[in-house]
Amino acid sequence: MTIQGKTWKFGDHINTDLILPGPVMLMPYDEQPRHVFAANRPGWVDEVGAGDVLIAGRNFGTGSGRPAARSLKVLGLSCLVAESINGLFFRNCVNYGFYAMECPGVSEAFEEGDVAEVDFAAFTVRNARTGQTLQGRTFPDMLLKIIEAGGIYPLMEAEGMLADPNPETA
Amino acid sequence: MGMTMIEKILARSAGLPGVAPGDVVTVNVGTAVVIDQNFMHNRMREPKRVWDADKVVIMLDHIAPADTPMRANIHKAARKFAEKQGIGKFHDVNGGLGICHQLVADYGYALPGSVLACVDSHTCSAGAFNCAARGIGHPEMAWVLATGRTWFPVVETVRYEFVSELPRVLNGKDVILHIANTYGDHAMQNVEFGGPGVAGMSMNMRRTIATMCAEISTEFAVFEADERCIEHVRSQNPDAVFEPQAADPDAVYADVRTVDLGALEPLVAFPDTVVRNSRPVSEAADVRIDQAFIGSCANGTLDDFEVAATVLKGRKIAAGTRLIVTPGSQAVLLEATRRGYVETLLEAGAVVTNSTCGACCGYSNGVLGAGEVCITASTRNFKGRMGSPEASIYLASPATVAASAVRGSIADPREMM
Repeated sequence: MTIQGKTWKFGDHINTDLILPGPVMLMPYDEQPRHVFAANRPGWVDEVGAGDVLIAGRNFGTGSGRPAARSLKVLGLSCLVAESINGLFFRNCVNYGFYAMECPGVSEAFEEGDVAEVDFAAFTVRNARTGQTLQGRTFPDMLLKIIEAGGIYPLMEAEGMLADPNPETA
Repeated sequence: MGMTMIEKILARSAGLPGVAPGDVVTVNVGTAVVIDQNFMHNRMREPKRVWDADKVVIMLDHIAPADTPMRANIHKAARKFAEKQGIGKFHDVNGGLGICHQLVADYGYALPGSVLACVDSHTCSAGAFNCAARGIGHPEMAWVLATGRTWFPVVETVRYEFVSELPRVLNGKDVILHIANTYGDHAMQNVEFGGPGVAGMSMNMRRTIATMCAEISTEFAVFEADERCIEHVRSQNPDAVFEPQAADPDAVYADVRTVDLGALEPLVAFPDTVVRNSRPVSEAADVRIDQAFIGSCANGTLDDFEVAATVLKGRKIAAGTRLIVTPGSQAVLLEATRRGYVETLLEAGAVVTNSTCGACCGYSNGVLGAGEVCITASTRNFKGRMGSPEASIYLASPATVAASAVRGSIADPREMM
């Protein structure tokens, strides 16, 4: 699986309250992604396009177990590449089916707007403008298969493991 | 090759003779903790069948009692799920109410040597009990409830050796702020705590430190299980069978770091991040505050009520400042009432609330407005965490927060204890 997309750059320690603020979690589920980065980069949700790639620094997604990775996926981002990713956030990326990779050096290798080519077979990231290729950290096929399936729910649906969603708490 | 504490717990839970950094292992989950948030917007799709109802606990905590019809429906859904699946351990809006991690401690649900999972990021709190506990996502919880299993990466471990004794006025919060300040985040690392300084730490203090490991992004954070830890679990959960895990003498660590508890001083984390962002309380002195908050899964314990009451005895909250105190559980509130701490707080002008996550996550009981300044003994100081993104949140120990409430500006608790 290779992803190609225009990059947006963010710094270190981007936390889940910036991606999905507490008060926003109380709004209807479909409206929540509209508020991503409202506190640190207002208006960004109107600029980001389908297939774009998020490039970030250390410790991306630090914070809560809330469905912040889902918000990024619903906005149309194709993947996340960060210097390091908080463990809980990475689990949510996998289980919501959002491609994510840790890649030391990625912040320095990209200027915002560069096109990235992210290869989830070789776990490499290439900057199309500079031609530089970086080696990311690998993870096992078992996790890649969950992402490829679109997350854990499609897999559970296929196995008939899930009850119908509760309309009272939708 | 020897294994660290966390490697031994993971190996045991995976049914493997050994694990090493770089592995990804599938483990059996010992305890699954379900909370009200799981049911909000059906974030956690309900599995048709739970793998083992005896290993599941359900708790209403993020907003309880309900504040809106939406939240009431969330609570209703949780009750219905418990009934349908035959889950007996249900903490409803009654005497058993509390913040999930406090209840996990109060009721001895965290078993030494086992794996515990919950969707809240501060689940690492149960690491105080030698339990490999961590936050997982909502879809993952559906999978855990259906299968009783999940996967974990085995990452390198940093060991912290605690030596000497923490001065009386200091809290686990000061210890973790020191670690966050000195060593930064621990993304993709496990942390284990041991050494002679652990013996002098109450279980509440250990839990504050373990809880705050979410803020340094550890994969897992666990304490050694000593007599005090084992006694606590046995007394709260007499039927439980468990096997604590100690590190092998030849365990391999990424680093071993000594923390001299006696040399620490009260610290304050400045707004927006916990990592490498604290200074000695003297450097924050005179920051005027609108609100002071003591509560959350990190600092809603009986120890925290005691220290707040010690500071506030015979004193009053400064005019123009409000102090809100939220207990970790209704059981903590009851005991704090019996011991007279609540009376002292109320006489000083504090507002004591029901047990819930409340102000810590900006949901209720002390949400901040634009331009307001808060000093909080809770878990996080992220921008917008407690309400308006234009509010400023300083993070400190309960003693520092209580002293600041008296002064109306950030104050050194050593001047009042």
